[in-house]
Amino acid sequence: MLEISLRHRFTGFSLDASFDAPTPGVTAIFGPSGCGKSTLLSAVAGLLRPDEGRLVVNGSVLFDSATRQFVPAERRRCGVVFQDARLFPHLSVETNLRYGLRRAPRDAKGPDMEEVTALLGIEHLLSRRPAALSGGEKQRVALGRALLSRPALLLMDEPLAALDGGRKAEVLPYLSRLRRRLSIPVVYVTHALDEVDRLADTLVLMEAGRVLAHGSVEALSARTDLPILAGRRDVGAVLTCRVRAHDAERGLSYLDFAGGELIVPFEDSPPDTPLRVRVRARDVSVALVRPEHVSVQNIFPAVVEDVEQGQPHEAMLRLRVEGQSILLSRVTQDAVNRLGLRPGLPVWALVKSVAFSPSGGMP
Amino acid sequence: MGWFTPDEWQAIQLSLAVALRSVAFGLPPAVLAAWLLARGRFPGRSVLDAIIHLPLVMPPVVVGWLLLVTFGIQGPLGSLLNEWFGIRLVFTTGGAALATAVMSFPLIVRAVRLSLDTVDPHLEAAARTLGAGPVDRFVTVTLPLIAPGILSGAITAFAAGLGEFGAVITFASNIPGQTQTLPLAIYTATQTPGGEVTAAKLAAVSFAMAVAGLMLAEFVGRRMQVLLGRVPH
Repeated sequence: MLEISLRHRFTGFSLDASFDAPTPGVTAIFGPSGCGKSTLLSAVAGLLRPDEGRLVVNGSVLFDSATRQFVPAERRRCGVVFQDARLFPHLSVETNLRYGLRRAPRDAKGPDMEEVTALLGIEHLLSRRPAALSGGEKQRVALGRALLSRPALLLMDEPLAALDGGRKAEVLPYLSRLRRRLSIPVVYVTHALDEVDRLADTLVLMEAGRVLAHGSVEALSARTDLPILAGRRDVGAVLTCRVRAHDAERGLSYLDFAGGELIVPFEDSPPDTPLRVRVRARDVSVALVRPEHVSVQNIFPAVVEDVEQGQPHEAMLRLRVEGQSILLSRVTQDAVNRLGLRPGLPVWALVKSVAFSPSGGMP
Repeated sequence: MGWFTPDEWQAIQLSLAVALRSVAFGLPPAVLAAWLLARGRFPGRSVLDAIIHLPLVMPPVVVGWLLLVTFGIQGPLGSLLNEWFGIRLVFTTGGAALATAVMSFPLIVRAVRLSLDTVDPHLEAAARTLGAGPVDRFVTVTLPLIAPGILSGAITAFAAGLGEFGAVITFASNIPGQTQTLPLAIYTATQTPGGEVTAAKLAAVSFAMAVAGLMLAEFVGRRMQVLLGRVPH
């Protein structure tokens, strides 16, 4: 269990954030730039001493203003992956990796050098200097260095934000692989929803130094009352699925979720792989009668639970599919009026298969 | 070498010894001072900054005089040193080295501080999160990264120390074999009838050593940047 409750005042900005998160697991702190998420991370790492609060990781108190406890950063065993890698330029990749390992407590357990370099695909870089690495390679080495310090908690401060699209796609699979292999609790700061979908178990939404909401990714993504999510074009409910079968001939995969089956473009994962899929609200349409002779593959019976006024001339519908899963649908105000959409109305929810990008899942 | 008389040789060797000692004693406190000025947040920081840089702008004779007042046999520190340790600085080679060290101190501090400014403090923060305590991260991260500054500062200070005149002659006097360094020997030669040749030879030596020092500092600085991985090979 991760118990965070921190208050800190700067000139013109104050941080007041409290939440608990289960461990192990990945807790994503999500919010716009300047919302205080990186400050929060520095405070957890011990690089910033907050005015007040309490910080407990798996039972060990790292900071408690009430009892004047403050464990300095070098004894917190919080591995940090910074946005700007921060590799030591005068040391080789291998010496960088060993820097934390050499200083880790003797009895600390964790992956060894061989395992980490294999996991991150950096074996061939060991003799190089950081100046000779690409952005994505630097970030992988930084991740390895943090892991090898045998951390009790791994903190990642927008590790992919400084990378361009291609580099990002290069590093992201390593992160999800790491997530499956290791049981270290992770706090992951980001402002990218796709990283949240792929990596996070728990989501903490922050705005202007405050926590707006926290909970499971699935639960929070199904809420329509959170403006920082609802305002985004890529907002949508997250469904936890499991790969059931593939139809290579038709180029389709069948995913089971609570309440139905989702047909998506071929997803290269073996059957039974858990997969998390964000169904973007703008990709979900509704019909009052079951449409026939349409190209849309995914048609679910659903009930309108809520109609939320969002952007001008737009509305956000919350639909419950088969009494279980939630889908969000963004429609025009005109559609709400024409179809008479209101809570309690049974409808059909339509989702095009191609709306799912193959990389949207979480292998 | 038949080019120099024994007296001239003595002046050259003494100059080298004094400059070397001044750098050896001045370097550690200069690195500490540079670190305090670059990273420290404490009251009186600007006062410390001013005091360190004073020798750059004050007449060297005044620095020598202040040393004489402080470290003279009657001076507050000089009398203590003499009583407790039997160390006498005035009119000794050690005194010449002290005067030289004080004069070249700001040169080292400036060089080290400049290179400290290029070290990203975030690297030290990264070292902290990896479990490195204050001394550990200074030695393993900060020190290697400012090594070019330390080395080029030390070489510059050494080259400048070879030629320190005003502070040395005021504090340590002009004693052949003890405190008569190159510039003092040149000065004495110009005051002596028939000393023109000695003055010219020693001046040439001074010039050559100063140029060599500056070039070495520049070369070492560049070489270290490559070694530290700042510039890809």
